[in-house]
Formats: sequence, C-alpha cells, structure tokens
Amino acid sequence: MSNMSQATATETTSEGVIESVSGPVVTAIDLDARMNDVVYVGEEGLMGEVIEIERNLVTIQVYEETSDVAPGEPVENTGEPLTVDLGPGMLDSIYDGVQRPLDVLEEQMGAFLDRGVDAPGIDLEKTWEFDPDVEEGDEVESGDVVGIVPETESIDHKVLVPPGYEGGEVVDVNSGALTVTDTVVELDNGEEIQMRQEWPVREPRPTVEKETPTTPLVSGQRILDGLFPIAKGGTAAIPGPFGSGKTVTQHQLAKWADADIVVYVGCGERGNEMTEVIEDFPELEDPKTGKPLMSRTSLIANTSNMPVAARESCVYTGITIAEYYRDMGYDVALMADSTSRWAEAMREISSRLEEMPGEEGYPAYLAARLSEFYERAGKFKNINGTEGSISVIGAVSPPGGDFSEPVTQNTLRIVKCFWALDADLAERRHFPSINWTESYSLYKDQLDPWWRENVDEEYPEYRQWAVDVLDEEGELQEIVQLVGKDALPEDQQLTLEVARYIREGWLQQNAFHDVDTYCEPEKTYLMLTAIRTFSDEAFAALEAGVPVEEAIDIEAAPRLNRINTQEDYEAYIQELKDDMTEQFRELY
Amino acid sequence: MQKEYKTITEISGPLVFAEVDEPVGYNEIVEIETPNGEVRRGQVLESTSEYVAIQVFEGTSGIDRNSSVRFLGETLQMPLTEDLLGRVMSGAGDPIDGGPDIEPEEEREIVGAAINPTAREYPQEFIQTGVSAIDGMNTLIRGQKLPIFSGSGLPHNDLALQIARQATVPEEDGADGGETEFAVIFGAMGITAEEANEFMDDFERTGALERSVVFMNLADDPAVERTVTPRLVLTTAEYLAFDKGYHVLVILTDMTNYCEALREIGAAREEVPGRRGYPGYMYTDLATLYERAGRIEGREGSVTQLPILTMPGDDDTHPIPDLTGYITEGQIYIDRDLNSQGIEPPVNVLPSLSRLMDDGIGEGFTREDHADLSDQLYAAYAEGEDLRDLVNIVGREALSERDNKYLDFADDFESEFVQQGHDTNRGIEETLDIGWELVSQLPKEELNRIDEELIEKYYVEGQAEQVTAD
Repeated sequence: MSNMSQATATETTSEGVIESVSGPVVTAIDLDARMNDVVYVGEEGLMGEVIEIERNLVTIQVYEETSDVAPGEPVENTGEPLTVDLGPGMLDSIYDGVQRPLDVLEEQMGAFLDRGVDAPGIDLEKTWEFDPDVEEGDEVESGDVVGIVPETESIDHKVLVPPGYEGGEVVDVNSGALTVTDTVVELDNGEEIQMRQEWPVREPRPTVEKETPTTPLVSGQRILDGLFPIAKGGTAAIPGPFGSGKTVTQHQLAKWADADIVVYVGCGERGNEMTEVIEDFPELEDPKTGKPLMSRTSLIANTSNMPVAARESCVYTGITIAEYYRDMGYDVALMADSTSRWAEAMREISSRLEEMPGEEGYPAYLAARLSEFYERAGKFKNINGTEGSISVIGAVSPPGGDFSEPVTQNTLRIVKCFWALDADLAERRHFPSINWTESYSLYKDQLDPWWRENVDEEYPEYRQWAVDVLDEEGELQEIVQLVGKDALPEDQQLTLEVARYIREGWLQQNAFHDVDTYCEPEKTYLMLTAIRTFSDEAFAALEAGVPVEEAIDIEAAPRLNRINTQEDYEAYIQELKDDMTEQFRELY
Repeated sequence: MQKEYKTITEISGPLVFAEVDEPVGYNEIVEIETPNGEVRRGQVLESTSEYVAIQVFEGTSGIDRNSSVRFLGETLQMPLTEDLLGRVMSGAGDPIDGGPDIEPEEEREIVGAAINPTAREYPQEFIQTGVSAIDGMNTLIRGQKLPIFSGSGLPHNDLALQIARQATVPEEDGADGGETEFAVIFGAMGITAEEANEFMDDFERTGALERSVVFMNLADDPAVERTVTPRLVLTTAEYLAFDKGYHVLVILTDMTNYCEALREIGAAREEVPGRRGYPGYMYTDLATLYERAGRIEGREGSVTQLPILTMPGDDDTHPIPDLTGYITEGQIYIDRDLNSQGIEPPVNVLPSLSRLMDDGIGEGFTREDHADLSDQLYAAYAEGEDLRDLVNIVGREALSERDNKYLDFADDFESEFVQQGHDTNRGIEETLDIGWELVSQLPKEELNRIDEELIEKYYVEGQAEQVTAD
C-alpha cells in the first residue's frame, strides 16, 4: 500500500527528456520511473502514464492530444500510479477518463476541451457536514466507518478508514462543516483520516471474500427481469451491431435498476448520448426513493473523439469509484458502454508499441485484461463487515455484428448473462431487441427463490411456459416459411398466436412511454398470467370444437397488447381475464 | 525557426524521412522544395530527436534526396472568415474559383478539439428535408450526424442534393414566422470530375452557392490530401456555426475514399493493420471527424453532418460503414432493388435509423401522432416484407386475408410513401397524412403500436374495405 498518499507520500520525482512523439505514444530518456507511474509530458504538462520501460527508454501513453509536442521537451515523473480521488462529491458529477470533472474543465477552458489543464476529481474547497460515528477512545481498523456525510438527497456518504491504515484508538474527532482535506479523525498512532482518499485505479480495493449473489438487480425491463435476470453482483454483456439498441438498453438500466449507486461509463461513444444522460437524469425520478436519479449517479464520459489513452483508463476509473461505494455497503451497478472501444484503445496503444499482435490485431493480453476487469464485480463481504455488491453490465460492439470476434468471445467466457441484441428485431422496431433464443442468464436458478418469495410462488413455472411457447414458435416459423400459416394444424396456429402476444405484448417494451418504460416485477408476472389465461381458454375452446379463427378473434384479445401502458394494471388485467374467459365460453 | 535541411534519407509512398538536429513538433507543417523549385506541403507523423517521418499531402513524385525540408513551427491551420461563403476551394484549402485571396479574420488548427459533453446541447430540433422516407421514418435533427450508406452506381448524390436544397427548420410561429435555411459546406474527397460538376451545377442552378463553401479533392488529386479535406471542412463549419451563428449542413462525400487514403498512409508506415488492412485507429480517426457535429449551449448555430459513403460490395459489415455506424447517430440506406424498381429516392427504411428522432418529434416538434405512426409503419412494412418471401413459394391464394393486406401495404408503402421523386418537397403534415392513409388499409385492431386516441383522431375510414375489394 505504498501508494496511499496520506500514509506514505514519497515524493521521488525525477525529470527526463522526450525522445520521440508518435500520436498518443511518447518515449523519454533519462527518466527514473516505475511501470504505470503518472508523468507530465512536455512544456504544457500533458498527463501520461508509463507503459513500457526498456533500458534507458521509457514509453508513455499520453491522455491528451500531442500536436506540437517535440523531442527535447521535459518529462516529469510524479512517482505515483494513476489514482482517483475518492470522497463526497463524486455523485451527481461527470468526469473524463482520468477523473477530471468536465464541468470544471468547461469553466476553465470553454466549450471545447483544451489540453494541459488539470483539476482535482473532487472539489477541495467545498465544505461538507461531517457527522462523526466514533468518539475519542474508540478503536477503529481500516475499512471502518468513522462518520457520515449527506452527499446527495438520496445517498449518505460513509467516511471510511482507508484500506492500508493500521488503525488504532481515536484521539481526536472533528465535526461540522469541513473540507475533504481537513482531518476528521486522528488516531493514536498519528494516522489522520480525511473525507478524501486516493486509490490506484488498476488495483482492486481489498475485501474479505466474494459471496454468491441471490438477489436480482431489478431493472424494470420485462425481458431482462422476466427471462434473463442479472443478480446484484453479477456480470452481463450486451453485444449487438450498431442500431440494435445497446445504448438505450444501458440507459434504461442506469435509470431503473434498483441499485443504490449507478456508475455510468461512456467509453469511446457519442458525445450527444452523454449530453442526453446529463440532461435527462436530473429530471428523472428514482422509482424507489422519488429523488432525482442524478443524485445516485456518477458519470464518466470519454467520448470517441477524446484522447484514446484516457479511453483505456476510463473503465478503471469507473470501477474504482464503484468499489469505493461498495465498501460503504451499497449495491452498485456499473454500465460500461462500450467495452469494445476500450479494447480498441488497448489495440491502438499496443500497435504503436509495435507489440506482437494476437487475434485481429488485439494485444495478446486482451483476455486477461477483460477478465481482470469483470472479476472486480461481485457480491462481497467488505473489510468492515458490511456487504456490498458491484454489478457490471458491459456493452460490446462487435464489428459487423459478428459475435465470433475476439472481444465478444473473450467477454462471453467471463460474464454470466448474455443479452444478445438482434438487428432483425430492431429493424421491425421490436424493442428492446434482445433475441430470446440466443440470450441466456446463468443466475436464473439462484434467483428463483427470490421470485417465489417476493413476486409469486408460481413465477418460475410461468416463465418456463413462456420460454417453451417461444421455442415452439421458432420451430413452427420454419415450417410457416415453407407452407404458410393456414396449412398448419389448428392447435399450432393457436400456439403461434399465443407466441405473438408474448412477443408483442410482453417482451416488447417502449422505453419512451411514460408508463411502459419501467415495469415492476409484479406487473411483469401478472402480464404473463393474462396471456396464459388467453392461451388456456383458447385451447379449451379449441378442444370443444371452436374453429381457431373464431377463437383467436375474440374481441378482448388485442387488449393483451395494451396492458404495458396501463398504470392501474391490476384492475385492467383482472377485467381483461374475466372478459376473455367470458367471450371464449360464449363460443361453445 | 525556419531551418532548412537537406537530409532526406528515405522516400516511401507518401512518406519522407529526414534527419534533424533540432526538435520538431508532432503534427507540425513541413514544406519540401524539390530541386526544380516546386513546393510540397506535408505534416510530421512521427518526431524523434534524430529523424522525422513526414506525410506529404501532394504526393512524393519528384522529391529526391537533395530536396530541402523546412519546418514551419506550427500545425496545419485553416484561414477563416465569413467571406468563405460562396467560394470554391481545393482539397488543401486554396481558392480555385479565380476569386480574390482569402483575407482571414483568424486562423485555426484543423485538428479541432473535442466538444466537452457538458457544454453540448442535446439536439432536438426537427429538420424538414421534404423527403418522406427521412422526415417520417428517420427524422433528421439539427446537430445530428446522419450518414448515407450507399453503393456504387446508386443515386446518393441526388438525395444529398435534394436534402441540401430542401432542408429547412420550421420556426415557431411568431419568432420569424418563416423558416431558417442552412449554410451548406460541401467536402468532396476523391469524387470524379463529373460528379463534382453535378454538384456544382446544382448549386449554381438553385443559387445555393452563395450560402455554400465548397472544398474539392477530385479523383485525380493526391490521395493523401483527402485526409486533410474533411478537417478543413469541419473547421470552417465550426467557425460559421459556433462563432457566426449559422446553421451549417456539412456534406462529405465519399468517406470511403477518405478511409482508403488512411489505409495507404498506414501501409506506408508499415503499421500493424486491423480489419481488411485498415489501420487499427480508424475508429478513433473517424470519430474525430463525425463527432464534430452538434450544438453548443448558449451558441446560436449548429453543425449537422451528412456524410456519404459507398459500401464496397453493398456490404454494411465492411469496416468503413461498420465503424461509421457505430459513431454516427443512425444511417440512411440507399437500396439497389428499390432503385431498379424506379423508386425515387430509393431509401430502404427498414435498416435505416435516426437515433435522435425520438426526442425531436411529436407534439411541439412535428405532430403528436408521429412517433406511434412511424413505429406502426415500420412494423407493418417489416411484416409485409417477410411475407414477400412466402408468397414466392406458396402464392397469394394460400395466404390469409390478413397477410394479403400486409402484402398490399408493403407495395403501397414503397410506391406512395417512399416514392416521391427528387424534385418533390413534401411537408411533414403531408408525409404523415400519406402514412395514415397507408396504415388505414389495415384493420384498426392491427394498429397495436398506435395509441387508441390517435387512431380515433387520424384513422381514415373506408380504406381497409377498398383494398380487399380489389
């Protein structure tokens, strides 16, 4: 833990000289550096990181645009790895890939991102109301909570003894309005605790152990909650070609997932999309707490045209922030959109280093980096005894929508939920365009008890029924393609009709409709029971000799496709079930 | 600073390597003078304390080891002034229309800085292009980047010109009462002289030239210059939009040629190639172009981009359309089959998409029924399209009445909604009304994407029966 600045602030800086510049890669000579040290490059002091050391030559990836930087200019080593500032003020804010607050940058350099400007990740001047949890004489260890700061409307920020501290007896406690650099608690061994701590981004924060997650991360999206649930502490990948709805799905998760904290990493994606999040989230309400969504959200935006090296680091910045809130005992959800851009940043840097490429030009360590990252997700027992979780949902953008490419394949080997987006579905405006035959969730079994207990004892059976009907439809569709629907036996024609309601009425969900955008598990379940009622009654009618055309033509049936937009869904569904039953029975 | 070197050690394709004894900045501009006095411009691609690698814009032929190399100590700049409107420039930014020299108000680096996402304003203003397939189904929004995915021999230029001619933003009543026109900045990269003439004739015929700036890199101009042209275009666009308050429509054609030039440079540098030989950083490079669209909070103007690319082999998984699609906010597909059926413009709406559409349409922007109606048109057209395969096998008689209605719908959608001709300018109301006439061929119960109240209000009674009577 030598890199904890408060504990051992070693100022072993040294200066070197630039030897060559090629895009984001700069080499320097005569620089005393360790791997992954942060350095300041050139007259303008551009931030960079040491990524290779060879004899007297140090290779640096620079997080900013390098135009006009010339050999001979100085390089200064900070002697510390890339760290993030952790403390109150991270929620409701937006950072670039190296945790520079974008709103502060805008104040300093206007609408366009200039370079060579640094700003601390959290405001050093701002005061926070610190409410201590310990008294003089208390014993504390690393990880323990020493006090609470109301960070936003919905989140209490817990001030922790930084990991790596020895701990001891509290000898002094401050309270009231303090800045993040003021000492709030002092220990008998001289250790001082502030609201702000630093942590190197590439190193996971310590925990006691990883546990098996058993609670779903409820997202209010029927196809996810209902068919392919992710656990709190789980990992999921959303691969799909462009235009298939990756970003909308990620946004929906960021909006409605029932996590305490959301970290949204926009990695190499569109600027306007980040702007949309910045403008939308403060106006949206958390369905649970009724507070603005932004007050539980931290955004990291490294858009596609921002420097490529900072894109490489932005996922690490995000997950480190997530780990910090996990340590407080919160359930955190991290969305990374898109991990492919991160992998491409690795590829770009790797190729500038002239490393021997692996598959499709990606570096040979691609798989290792991806698994290191996803392994930081999970449900954990923290060192202070609390439990917290990090769920990671990574979008993947496979070239040409081909899932056999290296990033998708290496991701699939790690994650346990696979939500395959489908361009065909997107083309017919079936949203969310998640393919129900290709997707899977390995959390289903461990989450079933939760559904039985909290929604309905029968839910897993209903889900299985829906899956079976959809599977059968898939098989029947192949025949229909050859001979037409009318050539099928009547019961199979009816199955197709039931499957259509499952697809159109249940799986489809309109993210832009005020009511339909969020669907609680109870509603997800009840909607399915309504379609089941239709199915059961229709088959009974068929048995009784009613022709299939008449059976599927009952007047109430189209209302199955309207439940999604009903706010008062319970009454609506009950009435619909009654009407359907009545109308079916009238037929025979 | 203007030290002259005669130290060229290697010339390879578009690259020149020279030894230096003083530091040279990355991306700095270089002038190379050949023994017969000709001056070529280039840019530093790699700078070390011993040598520099220079990418020469105008080609390396004629350069020898005795040519002299001058480093200008600055990066490539674009001279900017409002007077650029109405001018025609070369792909390297020099006037070629015989007009007076450009007297710049200021000069700016063409690389361009990224817009801070917190400073952006989310684009929400509907642009009426007068093309139903776009306005109705894939609405263009002010500040959007919406490429046209086309193929060789397809009329993408006609569509681009139609949009450039017709694009307006309907202003709210009471403001000006009128409509705002766009300043058009046209960047040609490696297009043929004939295509270029087509554009210029149209600009001149419609009087659009006086609110346009044209940058021309033609097919026989140096390929490396193409990597500069779009940056000149976008630097000009940003200046006019964010400093002078113009609403700018940028047309870039053909992005495929731009990417070929990137590949050429990459190959000359012996870089590790990515997919199909294109450089691994092509995504980042394209992003530094496409992301230069948008709106900025508190500033008047906007930059809307309409890049055109021809997909090699009509294959949208090719790296150029693929990477483009991942960066841009949607895409418009030009379709070969529709074109051969004589549909004008031959836009295939199914794979087309406008990501910003949802927030820029509906009440207050276009009309309350727009979103639902377009969803329904999509779903119904997709269903009809599916049935076409089936009909080839089993024939129409074997299909149900419902299926036949969808088949008719798909045909009519193409011939009445998409088909309009390159000279027809349809208002949004007209577009939506045509849409309602089409969906009203289907029974009301089938319209499950549309709110019931809207069906009551807009459904055209009597259409459904008409069709079955045929």
